[in-house]
Amino acid sequence: MSGQEATLLPAADLLRPCPRGVLPLTEILRLNLLSPITLAFALGIFARVVKSEFSLPRQMYTGLGIYLLFALGLKGGVELAKEPLGVIILPVAVTLVLGCIRPLTSYAVLRKLGGFNTDDSAGIAAHYGSVSAVTFIAALTFLEGMREPVEGYLPTLLAILESPGIHIALAIGALKQADRTESMGSVLHEVLTGRTMILLVGGLVVGYFMAPGTWDQVAGFYDGAVFKGALCLFLLEMGVVAGERLGDLKESGLFLLAFGVIMAVIHGVVGVGAGLLAGLSPGGATVLGAMSASASYIAAPPAVRMTLPAANPTLSLTASLAITFPFNIIFGIPLYYQVALWMT
Amino acid sequence: MELHTLTLITIVAEPVLEERLTRRLLELGATGYTVMDIRGRGTRGIRTGDIPGQGIRIETLVTDEVAEAILEEATASWFPHYAVVVWASPARVVRGDKYVEG
Repeated sequence: MSGQEATLLPAADLLRPCPRGVLPLTEILRLNLLSPITLAFALGIFARVVKSEFSLPRQMYTGLGIYLLFALGLKGGVELAKEPLGVIILPVAVTLVLGCIRPLTSYAVLRKLGGFNTDDSAGIAAHYGSVSAVTFIAALTFLEGMREPVEGYLPTLLAILESPGIHIALAIGALKQADRTESMGSVLHEVLTGRTMILLVGGLVVGYFMAPGTWDQVAGFYDGAVFKGALCLFLLEMGVVAGERLGDLKESGLFLLAFGVIMAVIHGVVGVGAGLLAGLSPGGATVLGAMSASASYIAAPPAVRMTLPAANPTLSLTASLAITFPFNIIFGIPLYYQVALWMT
Repeated sequence: MELHTLTLITIVAEPVLEERLTRRLLELGATGYTVMDIRGRGTRGIRTGDIPGQGIRIETLVTDEVAEAILEEATASWFPHYAVVVWASPARVVRGDKYVEG
C-alpha cells in the first residue's frame, strides 16, 4: 500500500525522502516550517499583524474545535479497542505523574525565580499543568509527515493529562488565599464536564465500543484529508488569536517569554524521557513530549478566572497562546522528535 | 393599560460569570432574566476566553428591594475582581406582577 502511495504522491515523497533518524535537525525544522498547518498559522499571525479585519466566524471556530476533538476521540477509541488494556497501564501512569509534576515545577519557577505573586503563579501554572489538544494534533500530523509510526491510543493520554494539572495548581492558589470565590467542587465539575472532556473522552468511549467495521462508515469524514483540512483552517484562526496577543508581550515581560520557551523545552524533554521509559515508541514519546511541553488555553482560563479572580488572565493567556503554543508548533515538536531519536 | 413601575437591572460581564451571576439573580429574588452575547471594550479590557472582546449582557426586571440587593452584591462580590458593569433604570412594565416573587 505504501509503495502505491509513493508512486501516487511523488511530490510528497520528494519532501520526505529519508528514513527516520537520517535527517539533520535543521532539515526536520525546515520541513515542519513548510507544512500546511505551520504556514496557515503564520498566515493567521500575519493577518493580525497587518491589522486585517479577517477572522474566522466565531461559530465556525467553535465548530471546527468540536469536530477536531471528537474526531480525535473517536480515532483514539477505535485504536484503543485493538490493544490489550495492559499495554497502556505504564503510559497512563507516567502521564498522570507528568500531570502532577508540571504544575508544581511551573509554580515553583514562577514564584521563586519569576517573583510573581501566588495568584499569578498558580494561574499560569494551571495553564502549564494542563495540555493543548491542538499541539497534540500538530505533533501527530508532524510525525505522520515524517513517516514515524505512533501508538493509536495516544488520545487517551491526552484526556488524562488535561485536568489534574489544573486542579493541582488551583489548589495551591486556593490554599494561599482566604477569600475564595468559587468552591473547588464546582471547578472540578466545570473542567470534567467541559467541551474537551465530553468530546474527547466521550469520543474515546464511543470509538472503543463501536462495532467492528462500523468505523469505516465514518472514517472518511473523521480521518485523512478532511481532518487535516479542518486542522489547517483551525490553525489559521489560532494564528489570528495568537497574533492578537502579541501586543500583550510587552506587558508580560521578558521573564514570561523565557519561561514560555524554557519551561516548554524542559517539560518536553522530560515528557519524551518518561514516554520512552514507559515503553512508548520514539513517535509516541515525541507526542507525549509535545503534550507535556504544551499549555492549555481553552480549559484552564475559565477555571482559573473562577477560582483565582485576582490572577491576571493576560499573563497566562499571553504565555500559553503567544509564546508556548507557537514555539511548540514551529520549533518544539521537531526538537522533541530529535530528542526522542537521540534517547532511543 | 395598567403599567407597573419596576427596575430594569442591566449587567455587562465576562462570559465566564454567566452561570454564577444568573444563579445569584434568582437567589436574590429575580423571577427571570435574559442573557445576550455581546462585543465591546471596557476599562479593564480583560478577555478570558480564547476569542477576545466577547462578553455577556444580562437583563432582569425586578422590584426595588431586589434591585437594591443585586447592586449591593455586585459592589461587594463582583466589582473587586471581575470586569462587570451594572446599572439600574426605571421601567414601566405590562403585567408587572409577573416579576414579583412569591
